[in-house]
Amino acid sequence: MKTASGQSILKLERVSKGFGATDARREVLHDVDLAVTEGELVAIVGFSGSGKSTLVNLLAGLEMPDRGSVTFHGKRVRGPGPERAVVFQTYALLPWLTVRGNVALAVRATASGRSAAERDAAVERCIALVGLTAAADRRPRELSGGMRQRVALARALAMNPRVLLMDEPLGALDALTRAKLQDEIVEIWQREKQTIVMVTNDVDEAILLADRIIPLNPGPRATLGPAFTVSLERPRDRTALNHDPAFRSIRNAVTEYLLDVGRASVPRCEQEEAFDPLPDLEPLPVGGAA
Amino acid sequence: MKSGAMRLLDTAGMPAMAFAIFLGAWSLVASSIETSIGRLPGPTAVAQEARNLLGAHTEERRKAAEYAQRMKVQAAEAKTAGKPFVVRKYSGPPTYLDQIATSLKTVFAGFVIASLIAVPLGVLCGMSPRAYAALNPLIQLFKPVSPLAWLPIVMILVSALYNSPDSMFEKSFVSSAITVALCSLWPTLVNTALGVSSIDRDYLNVARVLRLGWWDRIFRIVLPASLPLVFTGLRLSLGVGWMVLIAAEMLAQNPGLGKFVWDMFQNGSSQTLAQILVAVFTIGTIGFALDRVMLAFQRAVSFDA
Repeated sequence: MKTASGQSILKLERVSKGFGATDARREVLHDVDLAVTEGELVAIVGFSGSGKSTLVNLLAGLEMPDRGSVTFHGKRVRGPGPERAVVFQTYALLPWLTVRGNVALAVRATASGRSAAERDAAVERCIALVGLTAAADRRPRELSGGMRQRVALARALAMNPRVLLMDEPLGALDALTRAKLQDEIVEIWQREKQTIVMVTNDVDEAILLADRIIPLNPGPRATLGPAFTVSLERPRDRTALNHDPAFRSIRNAVTEYLLDVGRASVPRCEQEEAFDPLPDLEPLPVGGAA
Repeated sequence: MKSGAMRLLDTAGMPAMAFAIFLGAWSLVASSIETSIGRLPGPTAVAQEARNLLGAHTEERRKAAEYAQRMKVQAAEAKTAGKPFVVRKYSGPPTYLDQIATSLKTVFAGFVIASLIAVPLGVLCGMSPRAYAALNPLIQLFKPVSPLAWLPIVMILVSALYNSPDSMFEKSFVSSAITVALCSLWPTLVNTALGVSSIDRDYLNVARVLRLGWWDRIFRIVLPASLPLVFTGLRLSLGVGWMVLIAAEMLAQNPGLGKFVWDMFQNGSSQTLAQILVAVFTIGTIGFALDRVMLAFQRAVSFDA
């Protein structure tokens, strides 16, 4: 098992974040505290719509907190950067670029000091890391969901990040592909000595992958619950785990916790969902296009 | 699943049949309409006129070649005699094919001008809602203006501002091209703005995480992502430009298809109607071809097919 250096590199302190104009304001996260230790794999588990994506966006610096602070290596986060790479929920692969092109864009943007040959090698290394060498010249629309997810992972790794932020990375995949990619993420995490913060709605997945599981209480005004440390031996075998009493006890603890906080906030949750405001998008009129 | 024969009937048979019916109806109607300059020509008369125009073109080219040969001989004679000799250019009238070439050059020039203005402005409008709010009234105001209203202004301005004696282009050419540009830049502008403003937010977030600079963000993310709609706009623009061009050439006397139609109309000969109808079919065919070319481009750049 990997030993964490014990130093927290990414920190949220009393962070609150809301959306909407002042009168129709909806606080998504409220007083969230989180400290991610170098080298660990943290899983944040929560119901859909509980503010998980907002949490990832705050950690990435794609969104700024209304109150509280986000710090990375002790310095306040003022915007996104490649040292905190994001694997987006939608993958966000650029459809006009090939697999290689998508990865190369990340390498080019983050490795300005290196020679062209070194950068090419870095691109190929990242593609090989996720096992896509054979598909390197294909475009995202020609790939399966699992392959797209791999490209997204390769692109994030190509940024040479200090922390890898994953927003429900496997949510859209079928069970078999999901299991395979779970194993690969752990493998890459161990080999590359990454720090990973992963958001998921799957408790089993969290236990299988993470060192620490932190439940996100359902929003609005979501907060993080108490952390559950997963001290199961690695490598963790999916089938053997099912009979492991330690696995079952942590599974029960996390599930029960989530169900309890979920039950407590169900009425509020439903009420909010009904008034879920759309993001501020104003489509341009297409008038005169014809 | 349709059989091959049925599919052939749908894709080729039906259009061919419709065209045949059109030709039949046309010749039927034509034979019964009498105008001040003769009977309305039917399909055969128009086809004959098209052949005449092509014949006139080859004839004119032959004369030009002969003239060039004569000039060469005269120049050689003058040289041996030690006399000065000035080579004069052949000054025959432009043929129908020359006029088509002129029209294509003009519409292309106007289209390039329009694109160079509309794409950057469209990107600006798409990226900044404030810029869009500022420009939107102007766009709405000038978009519906007819080329016939622009042209006199453009002609006067071109005469005032573009009058060096050794200018590269004819004034009529410049006026027509600018008028085409003024009328055809709107679809590109509006579609580019729409394309840029509707880019998937995650693509822009990728650019932010990668800390791409302004230049890379525009050329590696924004433009490629909005290219399908930009090309939709360009295709519409070229269509509008080609339509506008004929009117512009008529008024500006740019020696293209528009001027041809106008000259034939002024001519009032017994061939006039047939000649204009040849022009009508030419304009239609070229417009169709231009649209197909742009459609091919549009397909080539669209990634969500």
